[in-house]
Amino acid sequence: MNYRLILSTLGKVLLCEGFCMVLPLLCGIIYREPYVKEFLICIAICAVIGVLLSALKPKTKSLFSKEGYITVALSWIFISLFGSLPFYITGHIPSFIDAFFETASGFSTTGASILTDVESLPKSLLLWRSFTHWIGGMGVLVFLVAILPLSGGSNVYLIKAESPGPSVSKLVPKVKEGAKILYAIYFAFTALEIVLLLIGGLDVFSALTLTFGTAGTGGFAILNSGIANYSPYVQNVITVFMLIFGVDFAIYYLIILRKFKAVLKSDEFKAYIGIVLISITIITVNCLSLFGNIWDTLRHSAFQVASIMTTTGYSTTDFDLWPQLSKTVLVILMFVGACAGSTGGGMKVSRIILLLKSIVKEIRIMAHPRTTFKTTMNGRIVDHETIRGVNVYVAAYFAIFVGALLIISLDNLDFTTNFTAVVATINNIGPGFNLVGPTKNFSVFSDLSKFVLSLVMLTGRLEIFPMIMLFAPTTWKK
Amino acid sequence: MNIIIVGCGKVGQKITEMLSYEKEHNITVIDHRYSVVSHLANEYDIMGVEGSGTSIDTLTEAGIENADILIAVTGSDEINLITCLIAKKAGNCQTIARVRKPEFGKEIALLKDDLGLAMVINPELAAATEIARVLKFPSAIQIDTFAKGRVELLKFKIPESSPLDNLKISDLSAKLDCDVLVCGIERGEEAVIPRGDFVLKQGDKISIVGAFANVTDFFKKIGFKPHNIKDTTIVGGGETAYYLAKILQQSAFNVKIIEKDSNRCDELCRLLPKTTIINGDGTDTRVLMEEGLEYAGSFVSLINIDEENIMLSLFAKSKTNAKVITKINRIAYDEVISGLDLDTIIYPKNITAEYIVRFVRAKNNSVGSNIETMHFVLDGKAEALEFKIEKDSPVANVALEELTLKDNVLVACINRGRRIIIPRGKDVMQPGDTVVVVTVSSGFKDISDILK
Repeated sequence: MNYRLILSTLGKVLLCEGFCMVLPLLCGIIYREPYVKEFLICIAICAVIGVLLSALKPKTKSLFSKEGYITVALSWIFISLFGSLPFYITGHIPSFIDAFFETASGFSTTGASILTDVESLPKSLLLWRSFTHWIGGMGVLVFLVAILPLSGGSNVYLIKAESPGPSVSKLVPKVKEGAKILYAIYFAFTALEIVLLLIGGLDVFSALTLTFGTAGTGGFAILNSGIANYSPYVQNVITVFMLIFGVDFAIYYLIILRKFKAVLKSDEFKAYIGIVLISITIITVNCLSLFGNIWDTLRHSAFQVASIMTTTGYSTTDFDLWPQLSKTVLVILMFVGACAGSTGGGMKVSRIILLLKSIVKEIRIMAHPRTTFKTTMNGRIVDHETIRGVNVYVAAYFAIFVGALLIISLDNLDFTTNFTAVVATINNIGPGFNLVGPTKNFSVFSDLSKFVLSLVMLTGRLEIFPMIMLFAPTTWKK
Repeated sequence: MNIIIVGCGKVGQKITEMLSYEKEHNITVIDHRYSVVSHLANEYDIMGVEGSGTSIDTLTEAGIENADILIAVTGSDEINLITCLIAKKAGNCQTIARVRKPEFGKEIALLKDDLGLAMVINPELAAATEIARVLKFPSAIQIDTFAKGRVELLKFKIPESSPLDNLKISDLSAKLDCDVLVCGIERGEEAVIPRGDFVLKQGDKISIVGAFANVTDFFKKIGFKPHNIKDTTIVGGGETAYYLAKILQQSAFNVKIIEKDSNRCDELCRLLPKTTIINGDGTDTRVLMEEGLEYAGSFVSLINIDEENIMLSLFAKSKTNAKVITKINRIAYDEVISGLDLDTIIYPKNITAEYIVRFVRAKNNSVGSNIETMHFVLDGKAEALEFKIEKDSPVANVALEELTLKDNVLVACINRGRRIIIPRGKDVMQPGDTVVVVTVSSGFKDISDILK
C-alpha cells in the first residue's frame, strides 16, 4: 500500500475543498453576515492540513486498484468531516454528528437533512450546503484529475472507483481529457439552468442554490416548504434539468460529436426515458382525483418522478399523502435510480437492465440446457466480468441495506420510516415516507443511526465497494 | 497525435508503453481479447476497444477518422495488411504494418506502394540485422549507428585490469590519444551521462561514440583483441535464424544452425544452401559439444523459450570464449538478466518498438522535422538522437561552451559533410550538420530541446 501517495492525494483534495469554501465566504461578505472569521478558520484548517499532507513525497508514483479504492473512500470521508466544520464552528448545527450527517448528505448528493428549520440558516451556510451537492455530483477526484498533473496512467483507478455504473468506459484516450469533458458538460448545463431560473424571476441566490441541488441531483432546498412555493415555470425548469442530469454524460459527448446513431443504440438511455414516461402516466392517472386539474397533476407527478428517479429528492407537494399505487411506484423508482455515468444515485438503470436480461438468460438456459446465449447491451456482447460485477454489487447492496436497517431499528421507530430512511440514504435520494417524508426530516433518529446513515449515504454514492474495501481486513494485509 | 494500435501482443504492449510515456499522444488500442484490452487501459492512460482491426465498426469506434497513425501488429501478417488497407480507406492516416513472413520478403516493396503503407516492419529481420552488426564488432555489447552508418555508438563492459579502470574521463583523450567520447555509463542499475570528473571502474558498461576507424583504434589501445569472428553457431532455426544466416553469408561467415524439427531443417536446407543445418536438440549439451561448441567463434541462442536461451548462453559462456548473443522475447526481469554475465542480449520486441517510436516521433514534428535517427541506449534509460541543424536553429553557429544545456544532455558528435567531429567546447554546430545528442530525458523533438 502506497500510503504516502494516498495521503498526498488526500491533501490535494482538502486544498481543493478549502478553495471551494471561498464561495460561501464571499456570499457571507456580500450579505454582510457575521461569519467571515468562522469561514476563514475553516479555510485555514483545510489549507494547513492540505499543504502538510500534499508535501509528502511519494516514493513511487504507482497507483494500483487497491490504492485507488482506498484513496477515493478516504477522500469522501475527509471532505465530509472537514466540510462539516462551517456548520459546527458557526454553531448553527451544535452537534458534530448532525453536522457530519448534513455534510455527508450534501457531498453524497442525498439531500437528507436533520434541520427542522432550514430558513433560519444564514445564506452563506445555505450556499455551502447546496454547493456540496454540486461538488459531490461529478466527484472530487474527477475534478482533481482534470486540473492537476497527477502522475501515471493509473488515474483510471481513481475515476473508476468514483464514477457510478457497472463498467466505466472512456470517452477519449486520456483520463485527464475525459475528466475535463465531463466537467465542461456539467458546467455548461449548470450555467444554462441558472440563466433559465433567473429568467423565471428568481433572485441570484435562489437560482444558484436550486441549480446546485439539481445539478448534483442532491435535493437540499432553501425553504422549509421545499420547491412547493415556486412558480410552475421554475418547477418545470427544474423537472427538465433533473432529468438532464440523470442521463449518462457520455450521451451528451456523443451528441456533441454528432454520433446520433450511437445515442439511439443506447439501451440505458431508451429505458430511462421509457421508465420516466410510464411512471408519470401511472401517477398522473392515479392522482388525478387528488389535484382535480390534469395539468397540475401532470406537473406534480412529472416533477416527483424526475426528482425520485434521478435521486434528487426535491418535492413540490407532500407525496406522502398520495395513493398507495403512486407511493409504491416512487419507492421502486428509488431503487432503480438514474443512468450510469450521470450525477444521480441508486442502482442505475443499466444494472437493472442487465439483471433482467440475466433472468431471461437463465430461463432460456433452463429451457434449452445446451443453448449458447450471450447477453447484449447497446448492441454489443456484455462480457462475463461485467455481469458478475453487477450480481455481486446487488448482493453487497442488500447486505449493507439489511445491516443498516437492523441498526437503525434500535431507535424503535415504525417500519415504513426505517425502511424508507435506508432506501432514501443508500440511493442518495433524501426524503422517504412517514417520519422521514418530504415535509419531515431525519432529526428523529439517534446519534448512532445518524452516523450509520451518513456512512450509508457515502457508501451509496461510491457504489458500495470503495467503502467496503476500506473496512476489509485483506486490504490492509501486506 | 492520435494513434491506433491494433493487436496487443508483446510488441503491441511495448509500443503502447513507450508511446504513452511521451504523454502527448492519444492512444487507442484494439484487440479481440477483452482481458488484454482492459488490462492495458488500466495500466496506461489510453483507450481500449475490444474487437477486430479488420472490422470497420471497430475502427470507427476507435476513432479512425481522426487518427494520424495506425500501427497493425497482430500475430498475422495478412490481418495486419488488411487492417492497414481498411484503415487507409476509412480514414486518412499513415499506416505501419508488421510483416514477418519471409515469403513476403520480396513482395514487400510492391505491397508497400499498393497498400499505401508508410512503413513495414519485420521484427525478425530487425533482430537479425542487429545481431549481425554485433557479430561484426564482437567486443561490443550493443552497437547503434548514426549518420548513415559512419558514426557508431558502442557499449562494452570494462574488463578486469583494463587501462580504463580508475581513469578519469577528462584524462581519457590525453592518455589514449583517441578521438572517441564516453557518452554513457551504466553501473549496477544506475545509468548516467558522465561529466569530465567521472571516474571509470571495472565492471561498468560504458557507451562510446566515434567514427568507425577511431573506435577500432580505441579498442586496440585499451587492449581488446581485434578478434575477427568468421563463424557462428545458431541454436533454434526460426525466422530470425534464417534472416541472420542470410545476412552473415554475405560477409562470408560460416553459419551452423541447430534445429530440432526435421521438417524445418529440410526447409532451411532449401532456403540456405550454403549453411550447415544440424537436425538435433540444441538444448542437449552433448549435441553442442559434438558440434564443436568449444571452438566456435560466436554462439547465438534463438530458441522461442527465453529461459532456455538464458541457460544455453550461460552454458556456452562457461565452455568457450565465444561471443555469445541471447534473444529474449518475453520475460521482463531486466535487472536480474543484466546481472547475469550474458554478453549481448537482443530484445526483438524492443527493437521493433524502437523503430516505430522513431517513426512516430519523426512524424510528430513534420514542420521543421529533424530527427534523423533515434536509438534507446543505456539499457533503455536514455535516448541517442540524431538531429539535422536547420538554418534558423537557435543552436547554430554558437560555440558549445556558450550554450546552456539541460542537465544530463550531451552533444556527442557532429557530422559535417564527410567529417566526424567529436565536439569540444570551442566547436560549433553549423546549419546542414547532423549532430548526435544523448539524453536521459525523453521526448526531445527538436535540437532546440537540448537548451535549458
